[in-house]
Formats: sequence, structure tokens, C-alpha cells
Amino acid sequence: MTHHSILSERLVWITLVFVALVLFMPALRPIFAWLFPALDRPVYRLDSFLSLTLAHLALVAASSLVSAIVGTAAGIFVTRRSGAEFRGIVETIVTVGQTFPPVAVLALAVPLIGFGAGPALIALTIYGLLPIVGNTISGLTSVPPDTAEAARGIGMRPGRILLQVELPLAAPVILAGVRISVIINLGTAAIASTVGAKSLGTPIIVGLNGGNTAYVLQGAILVGLLAIITDLGFERLVTRLQRWRLV
Amino acid sequence: MIRNRVLFVLVLTGIAAAFFLAFLTHAPNRLLTGSAIPLSQVAHGRLALGLAVALPLLLAPFPPQRPWVHVVVIAAAGLLQIELVALAGSHAADLAAIGRPAERTSLGGAFWILILCAALAIGDAQRRLGRPFLERVLMPIAVAGIVAFLAARGLLDQLSLARELATRRDAFLAAAIRHVVIVAAALLPTLVIGVPLGILAQRHLKLRNRIFPFLNIVQTIPSIALFGLLIGPLSALAALSPGLAALGISGIGLAPAILALVLYSLLPIVRNTVAGLDTVPAAIRDAGSGLGMTPRQLFWRVELPLALPVFLAGLRITTVQAIGLAAVAALIGAGGLGAIVFQGLFANAQDLVLLGTLPLIALALLADALLRLITQAATRTEA
Repeated sequence: MTHHSILSERLVWITLVFVALVLFMPALRPIFAWLFPALDRPVYRLDSFLSLTLAHLALVAASSLVSAIVGTAAGIFVTRRSGAEFRGIVETIVTVGQTFPPVAVLALAVPLIGFGAGPALIALTIYGLLPIVGNTISGLTSVPPDTAEAARGIGMRPGRILLQVELPLAAPVILAGVRISVIINLGTAAIASTVGAKSLGTPIIVGLNGGNTAYVLQGAILVGLLAIITDLGFERLVTRLQRWRLV
Repeated sequence: MIRNRVLFVLVLTGIAAAFFLAFLTHAPNRLLTGSAIPLSQVAHGRLALGLAVALPLLLAPFPPQRPWVHVVVIAAAGLLQIELVALAGSHAADLAAIGRPAERTSLGGAFWILILCAALAIGDAQRRLGRPFLERVLMPIAVAGIVAFLAARGLLDQLSLARELATRRDAFLAAAIRHVVIVAAALLPTLVIGVPLGILAQRHLKLRNRIFPFLNIVQTIPSIALFGLLIGPLSALAALSPGLAALGISGIGLAPAILALVLYSLLPIVRNTVAGLDTVPAAIRDAGSGLGMTPRQLFWRVELPLALPVFLAGLRITTVQAIGLAAVAALIGAGGLGAIVFQGLFANAQDLVLLGTLPLIALALLADALLRLITQAATRTEA
């Protein structure tokens, strides 16, 4: 119990620091001016950090939501009798696809679709699908056959067995897949500023191209904090889920 | 009756792509978006007859799925890939013969989707045949070999991708070599630190509980952020010590790239070293010491061979991950294939993007396949 309260406290603290930095980064101007005396503009001002954060979150949330829905559905489909034939090819795509570097998937979207938030969204969605599909398949196939058999024995229909037996048992593994997917997407969304999508990566790229290390630092700190907050959030979700399953 | 629904779906997808997407695009220069050229317009004359190799693929979903049907599918899909490349190359050459030198012919969506569908058809047929992994990589190698042969004969020279390569062949080769060097330079210290750390962590629970939270947090931080965060401290370090700066340690370039790659790579290496040693059953350890083996002999002759497959799986994950992360490191001036990718992205030169991305993917796939084969060999000798 105490472990949980410490964890939640850390999450709250880091989140507060993150929000404060997003809202009041310009107020830190003296610090950055002192750290980087050579720079005329020590704080990134081309966009507000709030708008960059919201754009970043929107990109990740939209792609992860689609990935989670489509990915879980695909995983369910290939573990049913009607879709079993497709399981091999789907597993091959998941394995080989995860070998592709995320930045390569992002770069490939450009020649096919063009620049901007659109290709970034599509690249993130497709890449984000892979761990979710993979984990849904392994989660559902690890449900003991006797359990599903017992459910059938007491007269449950396949749809109910899926919803009330298989998916709850597979939920932790599926959630682990969603977690991997969201964390990868957070990082890829930062790189997506190189294909013309606004995100917290934009100050990093602008800073690197213009030799402004302060911009790089500001973007990097926010991207790093956002990833840590998200990961801790998932950790809490996993704890909740385990407790709910014990009830 | 459809007896192979997977192949049926792949064939339908391929046909839809061939009808609705551009097979090639033709643009006035390398920066503009081209006009679409459908497959129907490309497929004329003698070479188009080669498309007949796709016919068995159209029929194969329907008969009973005997092994020979799968073999036919594999052969036909491989030939189709080669035929598509040849068609694209020859049509680009035809266009180049009548057009201005600045004009560019690029590969379109239909080309890539058809190649992908054929590759998936090959993969699915091989899986149905149940051949081992070693044999499965033969077909991609054969197709890549023939395409390389066509390229060497100059048949693909007028494709935009080849022309991008031709104008910067030396820079491209240097970037590819540098990419491999970056990955190797990061993996070596990772192994030197990570393996002993993993062995220690497997024996000491306290150490284990201390290093994994740290490595997990590092792994959570996105690469571009970690690279960015290292720039500050490293440039400060270089400013403080001219000796370090003389060694090439600075905020930008190779040093932060390799440092970040090592930090990322440590987690899978340490984790899999621990997990590998954890798989050694206590009974086998006991039996070893019962035979009078010293702890050192026990480690080298019993624990290490048994832990090797899991460790090699970790090495595979690390290597593939490092190849991708090294591409991002180009943003902080580390060079490598990522430099070509980002140069293309910043200049809106799409074929330059492909020139960096395709070898990057090939490198990752190659490393993955190679390490899978090594893992299999290690598992087999042990068994």
C-alpha cells in the first residue's frame, strides 16, 4: 500500500513540474540566459510550449487510440477460428515490422503521403499497431484452454466468453502492448517535427539546425518528462488493473 | 472455392493498388511532386509479357493447398518482384530518352504495395510449407541478388533513386560505413559493461533492484530527448577540459551519440544476461558442483552455454534498436544513414529520403536475420 502512495506522489510531482515548465518556460529566461550567455534568444518563442504540448499529445492520442482499437480487433480476429488462417501472416508482419526503425517508418510516409501532420499520424498509427497486435495475440493465446472450456460448459456464448473471460485475463498483456506503443509514439512524435508536424520536438529541431542549445534543452526536458509521466501513469494503471482483477 | 484466403486477400490488394495508385511518378525535377503513371501505361511491349508470372498467383488461392502450390506461389511472387523492378527501370529509361535531363521518374505507391504483397505471399507460402528460417531467407536473397544484377547492368539507372545515388555515391558509401561504425562503437562498450553487470546482477538481488529502475527510465526517455539532454553536459565538459575536446568529445557529433546509444543498449543486454542465467535450473548447477566443478568451470561449461540463446536474443534486440537510434543521432551531427534521411526531409527531396531509409531498413533486417541464425546455431549445438 505504501509503495502505491509513494508512486502516486512521484507521478503528481513530476506532472506538476512538467505543467509549470510548459506554462512558465519564458519566466526561466534569466536562467537560460545565464547558462547560454552567447544566445540572443535563450527561450523558444516561435510557438507557445502549451500549443506544442497539445499538438504533441493530440498526435500521440489520436494515433494510439486508433492503434489500440484496430490492433486489439486484429488480435481478436486472428485468434478466432474464422481468422486463424491469417494469424501466421499477421505475426510475420508484427515481427518484421518491429525490426523497422521508427524513424524509417516516419520517413517512408513522406514519399507516399507528403509532409505535415497527416503522414506523421499515419506512420505513428501503423507503427503503434505492431506491439498491440502482438501482445493481444500472445495475451489471448495464453488464456488456459480449460478456462474457456469451462465457460462454454456453463453455457456461455462465444461473444460473452471473449468479453467476460478471455479479454479480462489477457488485459494485462494487452495493456503492456499499449504502453510500449504509446511510449514509442511519444518519441516518434518528437522526431515528426522533421516531417513538418508541430510537436515538442520542434524546439529541438529548430535549436539543432540553428545552433541554439537552449531550445534543444527546453524541448528535450519537456519530451523526456512527458515520456516519464506517461510511463508512470501506465504503471499506476497496471496496479489498478491487477487490483480490479483480484476483486 | 477459396482455399487460401490469405493469398486471396493479398492478390485483391495488389490488383486494387495496380488499378488505383501510381506505379511510377514523373516530375519535371527532383523536388516537385510528379504526375502519376499507372501500371497499365507502363506495361507495354515485350517486357509486359513478363507480368504473366502473376497468373499463377491469381489462380493459386483456389486449388487444394498442396506443397507444390506453395512452391509455385513462392517462385511466381519472387519473379513478379523482379519483373516489377525491371518494368519500372525500363519505363524510366524510355522516359529519360525523350525528356529533359532534370526530369525524374520515381517509384509510386502501386509499385511498393505490389512488392510488399508479393513478399507477404512468399512469407505465407513458406510458413505453410514449414521450412526452417535458414531456407526462408534464401528467396529474399535471390531476389535482391537479381535486382542488384539488373542495377549493375545499368537497367535501373534512370530511376530517380538510382540518380540520387549516382550523384553522391561516395557520400552514400561513407554514410553507410559510418552508420555501421557508430553501431559497433556503441555495442562494444555496451557488451564490456553490460555482460559483467548482468552476471553480477543475477547473483546479487540488491544490485539488480538498483540498476533496473535506472535503465528502465533511460529506455523510456525518447532518443531525440536523450541526445538533446546530453549536448549540454558534454559541451560543458569539452569547454572545461581542452584535452577532452581534442579527443573529439563535444556536445555535437559522435560522443553524445555513442554515449546515448550505450545507455539505451545496456537495458536489453543486462536484462537478457540476467534472464539467460536465470534459466539455468538449480538442479543442473548442483549436479555440476557435485561433479567437482569449480565455480569458474561451472560458469564457463554449464551456465554460459545454457544462458547463451536468451543472451543472443538480447543482443539481437539491442543491435536492431541501435541501428534505428543511430539514424536519429544524425540530428546531432553523428552522420550515418540518418544524415541522408534528414537531409532529404529538410530539403523536401523525397528520393533522397528513400536513399537513406531503404538501406537503413535493409541493415536492420540483415542484422536481425543474421543474429537469428546465430541464435539458432547456438541453440542447436547446445541441444
